[in-house]
Amino acid sequence: MELFSKSAARNIFYGGSLVFLLIFLGLTAQSHLYALHNSTDVSALTPAVVHGKRIWERHACINCHTILGEGAYFAPELGNVWVRYGGRENPEAARDALKAWIANQPTGIEGRRQMPNFHLSDQELNDLVDFFKWVSDIKTQDWPPNKAG
Amino acid sequence: MKYQSQKIALTYFSGAMLLFVLQVVAGLWAAYIYVSPNFLSELMPFNIVRMIHTNALIVWLLLGFFGASYYLIPEESEREIHSTRLAYIQFAILLLGAVGAVVGYIFRVHEGREFLEQPLWVKIGIIVAALIFLYNVTMTVLQGRKTAITNVLLLGLWGIAIFFLFALYNPGNLVIDKIYWWYVVHIWVEGVWELVMAAVLAFLMLKLTGVDREVVDKWLYAIVALALFSGLLGTGHHYYWIGTPGYWQWLGSIFSTLEMLPFFAMVLFTFSMVWKRRRDHPNYAALLWSLGCAVLAFFGAGVWGFMHTLHGINYYTHGTQVTAAHAHLAFFGAYVCLNLAMITYAMPYLLNREPYNQVLNMISFWVLAGSVSFMTFTLTFAGVVQTHLQRVNGQAYMEVQDQLHLFYLMRLGAGAFVVLGAILFIVATFVPMRSEVISGKAAAPLPAE
Repeated sequence: MELFSKSAARNIFYGGSLVFLLIFLGLTAQSHLYALHNSTDVSALTPAVVHGKRIWERHACINCHTILGEGAYFAPELGNVWVRYGGRENPEAARDALKAWIANQPTGIEGRRQMPNFHLSDQELNDLVDFFKWVSDIKTQDWPPNKAG
Repeated sequence: MKYQSQKIALTYFSGAMLLFVLQVVAGLWAAYIYVSPNFLSELMPFNIVRMIHTNALIVWLLLGFFGASYYLIPEESEREIHSTRLAYIQFAILLLGAVGAVVGYIFRVHEGREFLEQPLWVKIGIIVAALIFLYNVTMTVLQGRKTAITNVLLLGLWGIAIFFLFALYNPGNLVIDKIYWWYVVHIWVEGVWELVMAAVLAFLMLKLTGVDREVVDKWLYAIVALALFSGLLGTGHHYYWIGTPGYWQWLGSIFSTLEMLPFFAMVLFTFSMVWKRRRDHPNYAALLWSLGCAVLAFFGAGVWGFMHTLHGINYYTHGTQVTAAHAHLAFFGAYVCLNLAMITYAMPYLLNREPYNQVLNMISFWVLAGSVSFMTFTLTFAGVVQTHLQRVNGQAYMEVQDQLHLFYLMRLGAGAFVVLGAILFIVATFVPMRSEVISGKAAAPLPAE
């Protein structure tokens, strides 16, 4: 009689995996509810914010930038770009500065990383900024460590 | 090659190698943009180049998995693949989707979530192809001999298809989007792909070392148990800072530390099988890739993953070049090496060709392993400097990036050698050669126990 037979190994694998899968599914369900009730402001998730997210996706911004630390690492973190631009102190100025920055790309400066011009309308720019503003209010366990993102 | 339908694998491996070249060329291009950022910046901006780099990688690895399945399932199940025609239809759909996606990306036709940029029609094509594949291989396995290898392989392949379905769900709430985005990304590469990896490695060990199936099977179940026990809750290391509850910091730290275990077990498994071998298989190159796979996966996925997985550390390193360093060696070690091992093993049979040109093949292993490791080291140093300047000192992102130039220059050099290594590999496995430089059979076969 072997201590650790093949069928024992197989049963441990199937049984154990099922248990861990159920725990994982349960915890993600709980995390889903936590996102809806604790970490994000669902009432502020306006059609403009959602539209801003779609613009963010349409131009694949995430393949240069990161948002909450995820994405490419070629360009700055944008999860807190609203805060970095002083949006909490002076929302009007931050909005104008962000819109102007996006509209004025690419800089064409030699040796600088270039962001394409996405030809966004004023409405689209506003929605995109609304999205950044909404994201900056997500409760992220105090990440990033500082404004630099 | 015992079964005619194993030949399907040749088509899949060829398609995979085509996309492998595209992947490394796009990677080299992206590395060049880091060094010379104005290069074709309006025609092919960085985001498009990177999209091609990552997508080509994922699709060629999947093509490799499919090819490996079509090669090994007939031998394991002791029967022909259920339908050869369906297998080729599946390949045509995947190739059409891959080519369509790449051409589309160049013309800015894409969706916008990382790694899931494929337009909806391509996503649906992938699902249809996956269903055809699963039907085809499941029918084959059900009608034939059932082994631990096919059990685990099929479970992994079914998991790939099921978790890909979450790619269709894209809610407006970014936090919820991210929670389920990781269902595809993490559960694939740190979950079900590991099942495929362990099953293919087990098959290779069985064939290359001649060790008892009973022994191999036991190892296989132990490895995949460790993989899923650690990997499922290990998803927690992605749930630290994206608006998810604080308990993930502890769960993620503990379980993702344990994620080193399946990779370490694969090192022990492959090396002990070789030590206990009862057969001296002439394909040394395939053995080199198999052992290299286990070792580099352990370092890339295991050690480099652990380096930044504890939440207290990840708070500072999250989303820096440290992540990029880990990702490169992990993907190369675990999945690129696995596919190249299987291709190296199967090609001589598929082409009915001896010699194997295995000296050149082994050179390509060392060129690729060396250059991807060097790339990983440069990105690790870049990431550590970045973490300190940006996350600890609070310097602005671009200011910090300017100071990393030297590392990016070295990474570009490493990238050039990766492209060279990929070409050498393809020449070694696909181009006929008159005679082997050094005969693999020169060594005296070991006596049986």
